[in-house]
Amino acid sequence: MHNPQLNRHGELTHLLSIEGLPQEVITHILDTAASFMEVSQREVKKVPLLRGKSVFNLFFENSTRTRTTFEIAAKRLSADVINLDIGRSSTAKGETLLDTIDNLCAMHANLFVVRHAASGAPYLIAEHLARVGRDDIHVVNAGDGRHAHPTQGLLDMYTIRHYKKDFTQLRVAIVGDILHSRVARSDIHALTTLGVPEVRAIGPQTLLPSHLGRMGVHVFHDMAAGLKDCDVVIMLRLQNERMTGALLPSAGEYFRHYGLTPQKLALAKPDAIVMHPGPMNRGVEIHSAVADGAQAVILPQVTFGIAVRMAVMSIVPGN
Amino acid sequence: MKIEIRNGRLIDPKNRRDEGASLFIAAGKIAGIGQTPAGFVADQVIDAAGAIVCPGFIDLGARLNSIEAELAAAVAGGVTSVVVPPDADPPLDEPELADRLVHRAADIGKARVLPLGALTLGLKGERLAELAGLAKAGCVAFSQANRPVVDTEALLRSFEYAATFGFAVWMQPQDHWLARNGIAHAGEVASRLGLAGIPVSAETIAIGTLLQLARDTGVRLHLTRISSAAGLTQIGKAQKEGLKVSCDVGIHHLHLTENDIGFFDSQARFDPPLRTQGDRQGLSAGVARGVAAICSDHTPVGADDKLLPFGEAKPGATGLELLLPLTLKWATAADVDLATAIARITADPAAILGSDRGQLGEGADADVCIFDPEASWRLLPEALRSKGKNTPFLGYEVQGKVRVALVGGTQK
Amino acid sequence: MSPLPTPLPDAESQCRQLANLLAPTLGRNPALVGIHSGGAWIAARLKELLGLTDDIGLIDVSFYRDDFAEKGLHPQVKPTVIPFDVDNRHLILVDDVLYTGRTTRAALNELFDYGRPASVELAVLADRGGRELPIAPQYCTWSIDLEVGQNLVLARDDAGTLAWRLEHA
Repeated sequence: MHNPQLNRHGELTHLLSIEGLPQEVITHILDTAASFMEVSQREVKKVPLLRGKSVFNLFFENSTRTRTTFEIAAKRLSADVINLDIGRSSTAKGETLLDTIDNLCAMHANLFVVRHAASGAPYLIAEHLARVGRDDIHVVNAGDGRHAHPTQGLLDMYTIRHYKKDFTQLRVAIVGDILHSRVARSDIHALTTLGVPEVRAIGPQTLLPSHLGRMGVHVFHDMAAGLKDCDVVIMLRLQNERMTGALLPSAGEYFRHYGLTPQKLALAKPDAIVMHPGPMNRGVEIHSAVADGAQAVILPQVTFGIAVRMAVMSIVPGN
Repeated sequence: MKIEIRNGRLIDPKNRRDEGASLFIAAGKIAGIGQTPAGFVADQVIDAAGAIVCPGFIDLGARLNSIEAELAAAVAGGVTSVVVPPDADPPLDEPELADRLVHRAADIGKARVLPLGALTLGLKGERLAELAGLAKAGCVAFSQANRPVVDTEALLRSFEYAATFGFAVWMQPQDHWLARNGIAHAGEVASRLGLAGIPVSAETIAIGTLLQLARDTGVRLHLTRISSAAGLTQIGKAQKEGLKVSCDVGIHHLHLTENDIGFFDSQARFDPPLRTQGDRQGLSAGVARGVAAICSDHTPVGADDKLLPFGEAKPGATGLELLLPLTLKWATAADVDLATAIARITADPAAILGSDRGQLGEGADADVCIFDPEASWRLLPEALRSKGKNTPFLGYEVQGKVRVALVGGTQK
Repeated sequence: MSPLPTPLPDAESQCRQLANLLAPTLGRNPALVGIHSGGAWIAARLKELLGLTDDIGLIDVSFYRDDFAEKGLHPQVKPTVIPFDVDNRHLILVDDVLYTGRTTRAALNELFDYGRPASVELAVLADRGGRELPIAPQYCTWSIDLEVGQNLVLARDDAGTLAWRLEHA
């Protein structure tokens, strides 16, 4: 099956998912991001790479935080950035997703950064662009439904590489609502592609999708057993709406079993790092003492995230 | 009009006929097979050399969004009778609507239309529709199409009421609560792609409930569009126990699985969803054994309704003109002989409908399909009469081409 | 300009010549900035030969190239490292081969994003002509004519020794 994010030379022309990306492509993005880390520390935090290019942030689902990191990254590449909160404009007037895309193409867009509530929406856009012969326009997935959030996955890999150097000796646990998490799916594909020998998923059965084993993941329902000897602990955000149905009884009971407290973290390796894609729910999935503790690398993740998004936005339009 | 169809291979599964024989038609009926009936002088001779001559196909489920085009598509696909589910807009829940549909179809004069009446008003699963009135207007059975009756008591009462009049009830088994948010089979692909899943248990639980209520009420039950191997096994068991229950499988479910979703291909979105390879094999084996009939589940969907993110795209595929080639393809893959394959789209659906059609016995309505089993054609939008160009097989080379379809002895 | 000699000249002795050319500037306390990768090796060698104490700067111009639209991002980008304050500093930009001048322009642009140097001079081992921009080296050890399609490449072996190699496109 043709992977729609690679061109016929196997180069990354859209970033839609980490699944199916060759290890070299991931490593190249991380290496490039390392160079951009240096740019962000300069007096002039800007390089002219995307000068004159237009980056459209298409957020069909609201997320100020993610949109801001893409905006900063694009601006540091000298691109012109146009933010569109489409959730509240066009589609409300009955315009279809692809009508919106055609309109923006006519405005000479170069890169679409797409956030959408429906899994697969960025694929639809990429395939549409190919169909209408706009190979010059590129798509970066900024999160689609439960499916993928590849730049978050990549920045998580950057963070892990920064602190742990070698992926091939690690035990990584992902804790919480994996069922609804696009971050978890992207992390899982990235970790397994980069050769992490043991990826664990920890959570109640209601929050774990079926067939995780087929994705190379070991499933744990018990936090103590799952965290034992881990090098990296990735906590996931628990949305409030998960508490309204029959998935979980209460935030309190969830925190008692799956919240990361200093006591539970002590079961992981002493030098384990704690990550979180943000925004955090303190007292729901993570104890403040852990969130603010010495093992947390949650704020560095945000900094790395800018460099990783710069790397993606500079590699993809060049292919 | 007297017609002789000669030089063809005559396959009539109901009457266990598979031989080179001429077919004689007079006054819209089968007048003779093999031997020229006394005094028969053909007005027209159809040369069926190299072709199969068989009963016209009876499709147990086809949506006719634009009725003229779709009925033309039906006869182009060799389908001479079409069962239409009641989920049109508006739903077929009033005798007048059924009456109008039947007359419209008669005016068009292509395939026969057999409407299913809505079991409940507006298909809402709450209040009964006027079943007897609908039956009088031409409805052959009653159905909710793919909509649920959430309230089990309402379901029981509707079965009791239908049983009172001896009406058959057609239900697509799917537990409302387990299926309501789902868009794909709850399996590996849905997990990977982050699509909300519909577990097999949504089907098997519903089948369990429906079978039990059929036992209790004595209603004649037909289960539509079975998607799982477990579901088909359940129904096969009930049939063995002597329950008068029948079922059908959509032709696409005999060919495709969840893997065909690939990278969110909305052409592979179906209701019920495509399931696993194991399910596909189980369905195929069940159909081969005769547990289920085959139908096209023809659902024309406009391009705009497919060019949406997978979960927002409308489910379904065009099918009337693919029923024959996909049934032949299935027969080859499942190692099923041609007569058995043809039975699944002729004699078996007729039996489910309690109809005399679907066979070529003397005196039967002359609904006949003549097709070339070897002729191959490329499945392109312009090759389809249907307004529905939505198919996961677009661009494929398929085998089996209808030469002529006769409905009531008239060439269509 | 002279035609290509065989064998190619010794790059290590050219480095020593370049160090001699730069020696008179030491009074201004210049900082060396090597362009990745050949220029960076030469700058490191010059630091040794001139006995400089300051760390040299390394520059990768990938983010400043003017052919991004045609060629995309260079597959291997190394971080730029400028370990000193650029403001009011005399800088000597070091590269192996000067050709069109486009790399030098990109390096100048990048340097100016770090601050406002007092001056920037250009030191190269080889000038192969073919300039497309008004750029000239202040310090150069070797001027040669190369045909289009010929490429002069500086290589470094495992022992760290620099040597020229001729490549044909």
